[in-house]
Amino acid sequence: MLGFLQRPVVVTADINLNVVALTAVGLLSRLWQLAYPRAVVFDEVYYGQYISFYMKRIFFLDGSGPPFGHMLLALGGYLGGFDGNFLWNRIGAEYSTNVPVWSLRLLPALAGALSVPMAYQIVWELGFSHCAAVGAALLILIENALITQSRLMLLESALIFFNLLAVLSYLKFSNSQKHGPFSPSWWFWLILTGVACACAVGIKYVGVFTYLLVLGVAAVHAWHLIGDQTLSNVRVLCHLLARAVALLVIPVLVYLLFFYVHLLLLCRSGPHDQIMSSAFQASLEGGLARITQGQPLEVAYGSQVTLKNAFGQPVPCWLHSHQSTYPVIYENGRGSSHQQQVTCYPFKDVNNWWIVKDPGRHQLVVNNPPRPVRHGDIVQLAHGMTTRLLNTHDVAAPLSPHSQEVSCYIDYNVSMPAQNLWRLDIVNRESDTDVWKTIVSEVRFVHVNTSAVLKLSGAPLPDWGFRQLEVVGEQLSRGYHGSTVWSVEEHRYGRSQEQKERELELHSPTQTDVSRNLSFMARFSELQWRMLTVRSDDSEHKYSSTPLDWVMLDTNIAYWLHPRTSAQIHLLGNIVIWASASLATLVYALLFIWYLFRRRRRVCDLPEDCWLRWALAGALCAGGWAVNYVPFFMMEKTLFLYHYLPALTFQILLLPVVLEHVSDHLCRYGALAATPPWGYGSRGVLNGDSSVMQMGLGSQARLCRGSEDEANEGCRERKVADVHGRWGRPFGPGEHQEQREGQGNMGRDPEQPVVRGRTAWCMAEINQEAL
Amino acid sequence: MPPAVGGGLAGSELRPRRGRCGSQAARAVGPDVATEATTRSPKRPAPSSRRFEAPGRWALLALVTLMSFATRFHRLDQPPHICWDETHFGKMGSYYINRTFFFDVHPPLGKMLIGLAGHLTGYDGTFLFQKPGDEYEHHSYLGMRGFCAFLGALLIPFAYLTVLELSQSLPAALLTAALLTFDTGCLTLSQYILLDPILMFFIMAAMLSMVKYNSYANRPFSAPWWLWLSLTGVNLAGALGVKFVGLFIILQVGWNTVSDLWHLFGDLSLSMITHMSGIRQIMPHMPSTLHWLGLQVTVGKHLTARILCLIVLPLALYTATYAVHFMVLNKSGPGDGFFSSAFQARLSGNNLHNASIPEHLAYGSVITVKSARMAVGYLHSHGHLYPEGIGARQQQVTTYLHKDYNNLWIIKKHNTNSDPLDPSLPVEFVKHGDVIRLEHKETSRNLHSHYHEAPLTRKHYQVTGYGINGTGDSNDFWRIEVVNRKFGNRIKVLRSRIRLIHLVTGCVLGSSGKVLPKWGWEQLEVTCTPYLKETLNSIWNVEDHINPKLPNISLDVLQPSFPEIMLEAHMVMIRGNNGLKPKDNEFTSKPWHWPINYQGLRFSGINDTDFRVYLLGNPVVWWLNLLSIALYLLSGSIFAVALQRGARLPAEVEGLSQVLLQGGGQLLLGWMMHYFPFFLMGRILYFHHYFPAMLFSSMLTGLLWDTLLRLCAWSLASFSLAGHVHTLGILSLLLGIAYSFYLFHPLAYGMVGPLAQDPRSPMAGLRWLESWDF
Repeated sequence: MLGFLQRPVVVTADINLNVVALTAVGLLSRLWQLAYPRAVVFDEVYYGQYISFYMKRIFFLDGSGPPFGHMLLALGGYLGGFDGNFLWNRIGAEYSTNVPVWSLRLLPALAGALSVPMAYQIVWELGFSHCAAVGAALLILIENALITQSRLMLLESALIFFNLLAVLSYLKFSNSQKHGPFSPSWWFWLILTGVACACAVGIKYVGVFTYLLVLGVAAVHAWHLIGDQTLSNVRVLCHLLARAVALLVIPVLVYLLFFYVHLLLLCRSGPHDQIMSSAFQASLEGGLARITQGQPLEVAYGSQVTLKNAFGQPVPCWLHSHQSTYPVIYENGRGSSHQQQVTCYPFKDVNNWWIVKDPGRHQLVVNNPPRPVRHGDIVQLAHGMTTRLLNTHDVAAPLSPHSQEVSCYIDYNVSMPAQNLWRLDIVNRESDTDVWKTIVSEVRFVHVNTSAVLKLSGAPLPDWGFRQLEVVGEQLSRGYHGSTVWSVEEHRYGRSQEQKERELELHSPTQTDVSRNLSFMARFSELQWRMLTVRSDDSEHKYSSTPLDWVMLDTNIAYWLHPRTSAQIHLLGNIVIWASASLATLVYALLFIWYLFRRRRRVCDLPEDCWLRWALAGALCAGGWAVNYVPFFMMEKTLFLYHYLPALTFQILLLPVVLEHVSDHLCRYGALAATPPWGYGSRGVLNGDSSVMQMGLGSQARLCRGSEDEANEGCRERKVADVHGRWGRPFGPGEHQEQREGQGNMGRDPEQPVVRGRTAWCMAEINQEAL
Repeated sequence: MPPAVGGGLAGSELRPRRGRCGSQAARAVGPDVATEATTRSPKRPAPSSRRFEAPGRWALLALVTLMSFATRFHRLDQPPHICWDETHFGKMGSYYINRTFFFDVHPPLGKMLIGLAGHLTGYDGTFLFQKPGDEYEHHSYLGMRGFCAFLGALLIPFAYLTVLELSQSLPAALLTAALLTFDTGCLTLSQYILLDPILMFFIMAAMLSMVKYNSYANRPFSAPWWLWLSLTGVNLAGALGVKFVGLFIILQVGWNTVSDLWHLFGDLSLSMITHMSGIRQIMPHMPSTLHWLGLQVTVGKHLTARILCLIVLPLALYTATYAVHFMVLNKSGPGDGFFSSAFQARLSGNNLHNASIPEHLAYGSVITVKSARMAVGYLHSHGHLYPEGIGARQQQVTTYLHKDYNNLWIIKKHNTNSDPLDPSLPVEFVKHGDVIRLEHKETSRNLHSHYHEAPLTRKHYQVTGYGINGTGDSNDFWRIEVVNRKFGNRIKVLRSRIRLIHLVTGCVLGSSGKVLPKWGWEQLEVTCTPYLKETLNSIWNVEDHINPKLPNISLDVLQPSFPEIMLEAHMVMIRGNNGLKPKDNEFTSKPWHWPINYQGLRFSGINDTDFRVYLLGNPVVWWLNLLSIALYLLSGSIFAVALQRGARLPAEVEGLSQVLLQGGGQLLLGWMMHYFPFFLMGRILYFHHYFPAMLFSSMLTGLLWDTLLRLCAWSLASFSLAGHVHTLGILSLLLGIAYSFYLFHPLAYGMVGPLAQDPRSPMAGLRWLESWDF
């Protein structure tokens, strides 16, 4: 209990000065003069609006991505005390004094700065030298496109940060798998992987590709784990469960959490309300909720209602009618019934009110107690202002000639009877006796005589129809489609039988009082669905580009131009880095294929651990590049250069990895290959050569790496080992033995025993196959 | 490696029939365990398969084929009117008979075969195929239907043989055959003049030949090996030649081939057998070079054989179908407008055919300008102004798909108004980079642009006709440029691809492809785009060319070469396919509907009194398939994990698990390849797109249930009834499927009378899902 009195309290700090230094320069490069320019730069005009909405807690809908990124930016605004009062309307507009530019740009800049030491860590964790790791970090540090993108209120730097974090923590996790599974740090990195993946997806949907990549690598590792017969079944199961929870369940929960916070923050109605369903709107403060609060829930005979179409394409609208009739003859020569028009109207209007009428009775008021309308009941819909009944018949609709015309029936005393009975079909009912409810119920009206369904065709009528949207009756029994589904938005019980009084009643706003709650999951699923389906107009942009332009660096984006001094900010990559990174990818791919084919013929160029390291580096870096790049070829939206930056980051990481590999393995090989590998006559010379080279490289490597720690031991072994492996390969077992002894006698270094083991492994395999 | 494969086999009659699974498994585990593999391989082929002698097998195959033909040809002539897409494909068959050029989004082979079948059976191509429901009357349509039904009927023996090869088990093959024979959907789809039976025929034939040639893996380069390999190639060409979805089977075969080569490549024993053993004796220290050399000879030979049969041969055949297509269709027809000017010059009857016009543009020429983008048409203007509020109130400029006097423009110099056609002046050719003026011939207004936003594409500038009698302002000046200039500075009619750049604003004349509202007569919008990207939108070519001062030359020299025609035909087809987008508010079939048999397609008839045919899968078969896929994934992953954990399975189970993982894996891959890509497609989709995938899923069902029942029988081995579990299970499945076919057969063979919701209907009670509307 008092152990600390007996033993001294010791704190051992292990500080990697490389990381510290890299973080410092990273911060310096990203934070220096962060508040300049004090003007709206490029897409800040777009994200800025959303920051303002968060500050004012007004609901908005942005189809471009999930809310976490926007919330991060808004957090900066919150920390800087931003009140949201700024009109984000033009690129280049000067910020007013109430906009805390520095703190708004701080979080993206921090994310960009921290990517630098993380690049270092990733390469290091992949098992490459400090030298390569520092190289990777420096490349990230000086890549101007990344700097530009991190210093503004944009999302890419945060996305890159979480992408790297996911990869890094997965690497840390899989490295700690060897010595301490189920240790606290193992758990920490595993869970952090899941969380980072969720954050990446939460910023932009493209983050999902990195997530899938990490999942893929984890799945391969898990599969190897299953094959590991030294582990007991229970232990394997525990491993798999832990991974499933951390990499599948936690990300989903975190993703939901983003939406939860998002919906919690945005509680007031705003400009995008119209896109959402009535139920969703009613859950926001102000807006529709002000009207619908406390409406009676159950629709009864005599209820006065407005009916909103659930599909809302091209615009959300309400079932509408007015005094005008369909023209007798349309422009194309077809005839109509000349009855009263029924349309869908995108604005609130007194003509949107309908009265639910019992066909058996004449009254248009609600009984006491109200008689609720149920699924399957036959109703008539009377237009509130004209009292005509909703009708459809076998007359072609004005714009959709294959569907039936819908009208409010006027009896012209021609042989055209009223067909105004509709069967109520509650689509989302729980039982067949469900009651028609305000806002909640989605209903279809099925015409009794012709079994047509009341449907919004979405076509705007010509001038005679005041450009309102066409409503038709469609003969169909197939499938659910939003355009046939309607829901009651405003509702009250009709009181007055007299036409005059009723018109007055309809003109007065509805008011009663109870609030309605929608569960989080319902709100989430609706919001997510709308975000995925909302259509942004894919107009071309002056600076839009295609994925092919990116690799070539054939495009740039002018972010900002000072109106007087012509000072500019351009998004443009460093051509040297881009080109060499692309080259590195190519070299990697070629080498990988070469090794793979040679291994298939049991020719071991690399010892097993080196090969695994090489493959893992490729899977994460080259794979990271591919998954973040290739999908853009299939996307139809407008693309910009900055979409390439996440892929580029991974590609940059690959560059030092490839360089180190080439210098460690191939350069020597190339020098040695001057003597043909089958020139075994000069065996002695060859051996001499290789050891000289070996020593030279060894000392170089030491210089470069500074202090080599334990983890690097493997790499040193590897060098010797693979020289032996390669040159020892073609001999038979006997000769080989002699060969190895010969080298051992040269007394090279103390690692020899390890080397011998490895060489023997490779030889053993070859011999086995040779036999 | 003959020892690994053949060693220890009891009966030699099994040898050629062995699937690749066994040999591959042996190969995969490597030479060191090969001996182990030999000990277990003889047990793998199911014992029951040995019971049947060869005549029995042939009899069964004959029975299956007979059943299949009987079901497919029964009531083939009903209904005697056009059903569903027969209106398209029948019409296209007629086009081949009449040699009229048309355009379709699918490659030509399927329709050519339909046309050929019609021609051979006495159809003369005179029926119009106007709309579904039209009576055939005296026209002979049975030949075309019979041809499709014949190919459709062959699917079942193919599936039977494929499953037999993969599982070595007759009950599995029988079950598969029953599933497909008694599926109303396959039956309906095979009975009409459609591309699907032809497509499915080639897909299944390719699959069968692939499986067959895999089974000869132990006898490479033997005659049957070559036969099946080249047959695979032929069928791949056929599949791709009928519809582009044939690509999926190509991918599957490709995948199979790559993994096959990968195994061969990793098989170190390969080169040893052929070369190394001999060399080693002579030179014991033979180093690795020869090792590589030996490898290259054998694996290289394998590789070359596959490249020849699976790439070169199909490509040659595919190209040949196009050659025939273009040779047969040499008359102008409804498809002309989709193709470029140069292409149209090939068609007799088209006004560009054998036309002779001056070759190079000169000032004073009267021309029409066509957009390089497909289906956009000619630069056009007419005496109507843009309406109030839409840009400047000047004359409209649009593009128009039809030939018309208003498409004519005169090329003039930008700075002089002198008549270039004055005979006293020398001919002056228009050169790349010249600044010109385009005067609309009918209205004498100049092509003009200015800083007003275009009517629909708001970020572009408006293009108008401006000026009086050819006198305008400097906004009428355009610089003419040739894209990818090859032939010097002059501008060639038809072949030069030109751009018109507005001199003042620097924008490029382009067509956005958007349809103008009524005020623009629903012609397409023309804009001047400030984005200088080279897209087809802003590239034009000169089509008609009239200049009395220049000699006319025959256009034959301008005919495009065959590769160019191929490329263009493909571009147009791909565009056409991409253009088949579902409209808003339209009820479309979604890929997730298909496996659950959510909705059918009406082939014929709607009302009570009509003869109705409804394309819908037999729900028992389809839901069994769906269940089987889930079961397969479950059992497959259990086996895979068990093997990965190094569990020691009894030899019997081991053999079954190999069948399940290898054979079943191939079928599952086939199902996925033919199903999942549809989720990514933007084009409009129909229920019948699922049928190729459904074939694979049925084969998987057959294989899976047989294997599972065998496993059951094995695990119950201690009980006395154990042996019958398998037999009883298969029999009850067969009977159940047959009975369900008896219930649902009116869907395919046609029904008359009240709809199914009516209790008096013969189909009453069979409407198991509300979404089925028969």
